[in-house]
Amino acid sequence: MSDERRPSTNPSAASRPGPHAGPPNGSPAATLDPPAPGIVYTTPPARASRIPEAPPAPMPARVSLQIDGNTVSVPAGSTILDACRAEGLDIPTLCYLENLTPVNVCRVCVVEVKGARVLAPACSRKVEEGMEVLTESERVQLSRKVVLELLGSSVDTSMAGPREPNGDAARYRQRYGADPSRFGAPAAGAAAHERDDRDPGHHHSPRGPEAALASTVQQPVKVDNNLYVRDYSKCILCYKCVEACGEDAQNTFAIAVAGRGFDARISTEWDAPLPDSACVYCGNCIGVCPTGALMFKSEFDMREAGTWDESAQTTTSTICPYCGVGCAVDLHVQDNQIVKVTSPMDSSVTEGHLCIKGRFGFEFTNTRRD
Amino acid sequence: MDLHVIGPLATPAERAAVDVVLGPAESGWRGGGRDPGTDGHVARGGHEARGRRDLLLPALHALQDRVGQITQPGLNYVCRRLSVPPAEAYGVATFYALFATKSRPPAVAHVCDDIACRLAGAEQVCADLTRSLGPAGEPARDGTLSWLRSPCLGACELAPAAMLTVAGEAPLRQTIAPIDAAGVIGRLEQAAAFPKAGPGATRAMAPSAATGAPGASGAPGIEAHREAARASVPQAGEPQLQLLRRVGLVDPTSLDDYLANRGYQALEAALAMGPEAVIQEVTESGLVGRGGAAFPTGRKWAAVAAQPAQPHYVVCNADESEPGTFSNRVLMELDPFAVVESMTIAGFATGASKGYLYIRGEYPLAEARIRHAIDAARANGYLGASVTGSPFAFEIEVRRGAGAYICGEETALFESIEGKRGEPRNKPPFPVEVGLFGKPTAVNNVETLVNVLGIVGAGPGGGKRFAEVGSGISTGPKLFCLSGSVGRPGVYEVPFGTTLRQLLELGQGVPGGRQIRAILLGGAAGMFVGADALDTPLTFEGTRAIGATLGSGVVMVFDESADMVGALRRIAAFFRDESCGQCVPCRVGTVRQEELLARLADRVEVRSREQELTLLGEIAQTMRDASICGLGQTASFAIESALRQPELVAL
Repeated sequence: MSDERRPSTNPSAASRPGPHAGPPNGSPAATLDPPAPGIVYTTPPARASRIPEAPPAPMPARVSLQIDGNTVSVPAGSTILDACRAEGLDIPTLCYLENLTPVNVCRVCVVEVKGARVLAPACSRKVEEGMEVLTESERVQLSRKVVLELLGSSVDTSMAGPREPNGDAARYRQRYGADPSRFGAPAAGAAAHERDDRDPGHHHSPRGPEAALASTVQQPVKVDNNLYVRDYSKCILCYKCVEACGEDAQNTFAIAVAGRGFDARISTEWDAPLPDSACVYCGNCIGVCPTGALMFKSEFDMREAGTWDESAQTTTSTICPYCGVGCAVDLHVQDNQIVKVTSPMDSSVTEGHLCIKGRFGFEFTNTRRD
Repeated sequence: MDLHVIGPLATPAERAAVDVVLGPAESGWRGGGRDPGTDGHVARGGHEARGRRDLLLPALHALQDRVGQITQPGLNYVCRRLSVPPAEAYGVATFYALFATKSRPPAVAHVCDDIACRLAGAEQVCADLTRSLGPAGEPARDGTLSWLRSPCLGACELAPAAMLTVAGEAPLRQTIAPIDAAGVIGRLEQAAAFPKAGPGATRAMAPSAATGAPGASGAPGIEAHREAARASVPQAGEPQLQLLRRVGLVDPTSLDDYLANRGYQALEAALAMGPEAVIQEVTESGLVGRGGAAFPTGRKWAAVAAQPAQPHYVVCNADESEPGTFSNRVLMELDPFAVVESMTIAGFATGASKGYLYIRGEYPLAEARIRHAIDAARANGYLGASVTGSPFAFEIEVRRGAGAYICGEETALFESIEGKRGEPRNKPPFPVEVGLFGKPTAVNNVETLVNVLGIVGAGPGGGKRFAEVGSGISTGPKLFCLSGSVGRPGVYEVPFGTTLRQLLELGQGVPGGRQIRAILLGGAAGMFVGADALDTPLTFEGTRAIGATLGSGVVMVFDESADMVGALRRIAAFFRDESCGQCVPCRVGTVRQEELLARLADRVEVRSREQELTLLGEIAQTMRDASICGLGQTASFAIESALRQPELVAL
């Protein structure tokens, strides 16, 4: 708030003569004078009648670029993905999430930037003045197709979606004509914890008939606690859970990427069971997982039993009752039971993240006395 | 963040090893001894400890060297000392091939089975070792020793090679070449039998041909140095040499020898002419990076020098891991002061007062020589708060890699120095703006840096004279690593423009009158060419014109008796092993590439051969176009180039 505006926001102070009224122009300097000896204020100076406004945010400079031949103008600092979405273009993404730092590892969002030797990830590459971007060139389409095939042939992507595990990734496969079976039938999966035991820099090279089978990350589901399960057969290694557990949200760092290359995996220290690890069960990793690899135990059990039915579920948006923060929660209810809890990503309070109480503290409502 | 560590306490040996790197623990909070009197009053925050995260790899090396593996208690102790979450530290430890996170015998032979050593019979060595000791990775001789296969150890001129690592109070790391199975077992048994022997035991063993004992203080005498030099550098002592001028003529452990042979003249010239003039000379020289990317060094230095952000860093990339490359190792082993001096000049020019030299863990002798050279330079005022009495301050720290080819990629190298998994960053921003610790960084390969001595040391106009040799962007002298089926493999220095044929003639051609089948230019990330390419001038432009690449200067010759399919499969396996796993095209693409190659070679195609080849091509293009870094982008080059020329490989 500038000094010039002060008189107008505080008209009474200027008009009402007080024991130590300043000059008529209401100069703030006058009000700061020490009171004359012997004079004691009996009422404080009048307050502003309304909350002062925040100064207007400076408008970022705008950058012009060409996307698929159309000139568009976006604020400086935007990513190519931002610019494309503003144009209504559907750029596929898997490892990107609005509330996390882009890691640009899945490479399905790659676009062609004219003059560049290689394709650029739209999710993290910032726009530059005069940039010429092609979002569906032949090179782009081939890369997206093959990336989707590589993922589809090595990971169970049946539930994968761009933002949540809703199976929408299949749409991308259809769009780019991706056929994961080109790499052969899937090889047999690994035994429990076998993938966690692999050494970097050493692998078994395929020989003879085994070369006709495509290696996968197939392995048994890890169920070591009552709140959530980890099915790493579905993990595309998008790093989102690591980000949510660590720097981007929870600051707990219970999980990290371990191992190298195709044997890289999400792991606690020494592949310890979750209850032994630093995990605090905030469930924010589940909230950001786009593939269904991380899942509420309640949902997992119902899916196993064949009783999971999203069409029979209702969602109730409410506020978490536990503490005074006021986190927005969405209760997913089936058969009058809360089967999972999420938080909307656009909530200014949570940005999609919760704590153990908001995420899992509803069990008692499901245990009623008849 | 609350540090949550589980499991038993580290052993005294583990704690002692880590304390050598990190200093003693201040309190029980830090994993030190409990003292009820002071523990309640310790107020040193995790922020301070986390500021030392870059000491994670040195601390892990200390554990590995001391007990032969990284145990959970040992890792926990490091985590408490550095305030690193155990899950993250575990992720780092399991990223590097030279760290064992499972029980492993103290004495291990890492036997190179990569392309150059394969040509020299490495598979036979491995078969013999399997017969005598059991399969790779299994403990043998009552759990005292073991052997593992290893990617290229950078000793291709002496192939086949192996590196011994013996953990203990006086850990031993030693490269031996050439080897046979009996020799490896003998060395291992000898080392395993005296686990507590001091460094003296190292010298008591038979000295190896060239990459022998790591004890730089061992002073084997000038004659031994000459012999070692001649084994790796057949041209040693020839008068026309620039980069190799001191090799074989000086004792690499003697600063006096170095000074007597034009040592530190370039630094003095640089200090006299000022940083701008140094950059000017380097720019005029046309010097481009020798690591493979051929980026103009002058432009890189000027960009770093102009950055307002402080501090600036200089990084010497000595993580020479490209299969078939060993020129940097030879420079560091036989002329280490030249590397130290040129790094100092780079620091002066770019306004940096701190340099890091990141050397691969497979180069024990080169590391010892470099460390010794840095200590000697510091003791004599060539490093420190006032370099040769000038106001310029410069310090060099050596960091040892731990078995990861990807860390030769400049941004992965930064991550590794910072104590993280060696996962490359997305570019832009480039290192000249956001590099090591997020600061402007000039990162140069060893050979590139050593070129600077000739440019700056020649005084004013040195850059122009440098540019007179060669043409285009290929100016000055160039080191080539000649290996495979040649009479005299080794490092050769020739002016840019020398043809492949001339280089092979220097190396005495293919022995036994056999014909050349193929030549691999640029290493595993390079290209195969046929004998029809012999008259290609070895320049960046000349190799590009025939669709090949100069890469890091690898020239590996395969004669008509070579197992070409085996070499291709080894290259595919190499990239499968060395992909960091971050991005999908490379992580899965390198696996599928290896599978497809195996299908084609073993005749177990899933579809028609034509369709399989198309698929291989599509994977190759996707890796080239969509991978984050150079590893994925080049992982298909050699294989594609060979398959394009059916006369080279009969698949």
